[in-house]
Amino acid sequence: MSTLSSKVQEIFNEPGCDKNQGKSEKERKKGCTKQLQPGAAAGGCAFDGAKIALQPITDVAHLVHGPIACEGNSWDNRHAASSGSRLYRTGFTTDISELDVVYGGEKRLFKSIREVIEKYNPPAVFVYQTCVTALIGDDIEAVCKTASVKFGKPVIPVNAPGFVGAKNLGNKLGGEALLDYVIGTVEPETTTPYDINIIGEYNLVGELWQVKPLLDELGIRILACISGDAKYHEVASSHRARAAMMVCSKAMINIARKMEERYEIPFFEGSFYGISDMSESLRQIARLLVQRGAPGELLERTEALIRREEARAWARLQPYKARLTGKRVLLITGGVKSWSVVSALQEVGIEIVGTSVKKSTLEDKQRIKEIMGEEAHMIEDMTPREMYKMLKDARADIMLSGGRSQFVALKAKMPWLDINQERHHAYAGYDGMVELVHEIDKALYNPIWEQVRKPAPWESNGDSVGCAVRTISLTVRTAHPTG
Amino acid sequence: MANVVTVRKACTVNPLKMSQPIGGALAFLGLNNCMPVLHGSQGCTGFGLVLFVRHFREAIPLQTTAMNEATTIMGGFDNIEQAILNICNRTKPEIIGICSTGLTETKGDDVEGYLKLIRQRHPELDHVAIVYVSTPDYKDAFQDGWSKAVTRMVEELAEPGRAMVTGRINVLVGSHLTPADIEELRETIEAFGLDPVILPDLSGSLDGHVPDDFSPTTLGGTPLANIRALGTAQFTIAIGEQMRPAAEALARKNDVLYTVLDRLTGLEANDRLLALLSELSGRPVPNKYRRQRSQLVDAMLDGHFFFGGKKIALGAEPDLLWSIGSWLAEMGAEISAAVTTTASPLLERLPTAEVLIGDLEDLETRAAGCDLLITHSHGRQMAERLGLPFLRMGLPTFDRLGAAHRLAVGYRGTRDLIFEIGNLFMANAHEPHPGAWLPGQDGESAHASVTAH
Repeated sequence: MSTLSSKVQEIFNEPGCDKNQGKSEKERKKGCTKQLQPGAAAGGCAFDGAKIALQPITDVAHLVHGPIACEGNSWDNRHAASSGSRLYRTGFTTDISELDVVYGGEKRLFKSIREVIEKYNPPAVFVYQTCVTALIGDDIEAVCKTASVKFGKPVIPVNAPGFVGAKNLGNKLGGEALLDYVIGTVEPETTTPYDINIIGEYNLVGELWQVKPLLDELGIRILACISGDAKYHEVASSHRARAAMMVCSKAMINIARKMEERYEIPFFEGSFYGISDMSESLRQIARLLVQRGAPGELLERTEALIRREEARAWARLQPYKARLTGKRVLLITGGVKSWSVVSALQEVGIEIVGTSVKKSTLEDKQRIKEIMGEEAHMIEDMTPREMYKMLKDARADIMLSGGRSQFVALKAKMPWLDINQERHHAYAGYDGMVELVHEIDKALYNPIWEQVRKPAPWESNGDSVGCAVRTISLTVRTAHPTG
Repeated sequence: MANVVTVRKACTVNPLKMSQPIGGALAFLGLNNCMPVLHGSQGCTGFGLVLFVRHFREAIPLQTTAMNEATTIMGGFDNIEQAILNICNRTKPEIIGICSTGLTETKGDDVEGYLKLIRQRHPELDHVAIVYVSTPDYKDAFQDGWSKAVTRMVEELAEPGRAMVTGRINVLVGSHLTPADIEELRETIEAFGLDPVILPDLSGSLDGHVPDDFSPTTLGGTPLANIRALGTAQFTIAIGEQMRPAAEALARKNDVLYTVLDRLTGLEANDRLLALLSELSGRPVPNKYRRQRSQLVDAMLDGHFFFGGKKIALGAEPDLLWSIGSWLAEMGAEISAAVTTTASPLLERLPTAEVLIGDLEDLETRAAGCDLLITHSHGRQMAERLGLPFLRMGLPTFDRLGAAHRLAVGYRGTRDLIFEIGNLFMANAHEPHPGAWLPGQDGESAHASVTAH
């Protein structure tokens, strides 16, 4: 546990994170997120975070060492897409029993690793620590080390038991496992001056594939995406990339920064959400690659592609402008998604009446102000009741949020769109932005809203009851024209 | 009849089982104005929440004591006290249901003791009922957590020494019943002029209705006053073997007679229910149900052609496995593979050779060549790999609409289930082809070769 707590401290000290660097030393020790309040907390644990970060690696077996809750209650519940192996969607867990709690679960873990390798023969096994097995002192690092030697295969310990903190910390601890045991352990077959890593992109609903064709066209190769649609050997050989892009705010900043430190891979923070952000990201990728020795003509080709794609995207968005101008959106989501989506939606005339900044950094907030103006309605922490009221009072036309709060909107009979990880639509790149606007339009203009908001005829005020009665008597008359 | 085998392997692959604490939490979600709390790290609650949201497509009130490494080692008293205070301040529930988790059980938190102390320190909370249930993740399964939570509700809340109210019937329902099942059951009981008190009542809280205002706790479900008055009932009907302990607890406490109905799917199973209701109420079976019975008989006649000899792979918790499995056998189908999550006296009575306490990998290795797979949504990957028709039943059903409204009890529910499953068989029937009856191929292998592509 001492190695784990020093790891956690190291993450809290992350020099690449401005938010952390803005804190005093004492504050920093407390960690990235506010201390959780018993009885008033909602969210995933560190284990959940580590799993989110690493499970998109498609060809490895993800083995959860703990009681059934950790895997049994949650497996195969995300939409990280794969172009090949489906093994990542298989749920493996040691499902420890009371006896294991008493006598220790290391033997069961070792046997489990052996069973997984014998039956499924993956290129690697990732072993996730959980609260109970951490508490009883199971040393997963030692078991993984022994198993690696015994079976001649990488067995990677991911030491992020739920009780060390929240999801975000788990993302980073997952990243640490890659840094400690995976990255740099395999040499790529070939390298090119156009090799990049994309860090913190999980290929949810196949979003990476909205971006990849553009990179392919420019001749830019994704050496490794960490971790969306990744294969083990890609991540293991990612240290030979020329440049890296860090997506998804600070979730995996430790990977980006440490890879820069260890392997001199420069990185930038970018986003694939929104037209201008997408263009800027392509520009940055090209610029970094050229700095690292790729031929300078890449820059011109990139600009040409941006011009073409932007024009195409704008032309496709044009028809929505008239329909969406003035529509008010309440945007409840975390981190970087806030400002990048904000600017994108404004591009089609949508007004943002509020955006949550719970997970945003100071820098994010500054950006929101730049984009939305000084009066930007930034919501630190909105209770479901407040969201409900805001929607019920029709101070917003639609809410964009994660799945947990969807019913707040739907029960207020207001349109809602999922923009978090359980979403079913892909919103990245130029096509993704058009898709997002298309989905907003579909949600807003669905004909159900008019019907579901109307009270039943026998429940409404005198006027419409009378109206209903008139309709009925009219029908009766029509039915008996001679009467 | 069946040989019950606990699979001996170290690693569970593709779990069928879910954990006890969230089974307990779901039981509390069937009470009105209640807030369930898991005493564990916030992830325990997070996962349960996401699971229920995806299944019911409803907002789920579920809180956490947010234990971390330090508080686990120091003991969770402060966290439980804080959680109770915060919940009371923010959401004002009538009942708080606390389920322990693997984490706090491993540490050995004495929650009963904590609650006594909290009661002493906070007399202002006397009006809030608090029920604690011990549900370590590393033991038993979802259905057990539900069962234990309901037993604890009875033990803690039912008031002793109250006069009997004729016509009042307690109905203790297992976790395998959907809100639609419960609704059907209520209507049936009321049709006899009886007054059912259903515990827990998901048909009130998670039936997917649109309330007029926002509620941070459960809305609908068994009211606290009705739980307190459980002892006034004339009789208790427990649905599912898992409800036996709760019925026994009430019998011990309040001398309420009970019977356990092992299932409500199938003709005879419902005959037993209606005969019982008729006896309890002293009224004849209403015409509506005579009519429905006749429709079910007709559906059995029409449907049996398609069920006879069909091989079924079935993965479910014991009570659902028993309900569906024994009914399918009554329809002439064969349970070729049966996997469940936890022990139950019903398992060895299931009309099949073997029942495994195992996972979906075990089911997958035995399901090849079956005509139908029935399990919860996590069967989708194996159904695709094996090319099997797939009926989703049980929790979680996250990739289909209407999980809460799937009706599988009563004459009507059984009738519709015949149609649904019969249609699956019909849709997957094999077209005749010229080679089907070639000499040298017995019917079996010709059949198998057709199934293969």
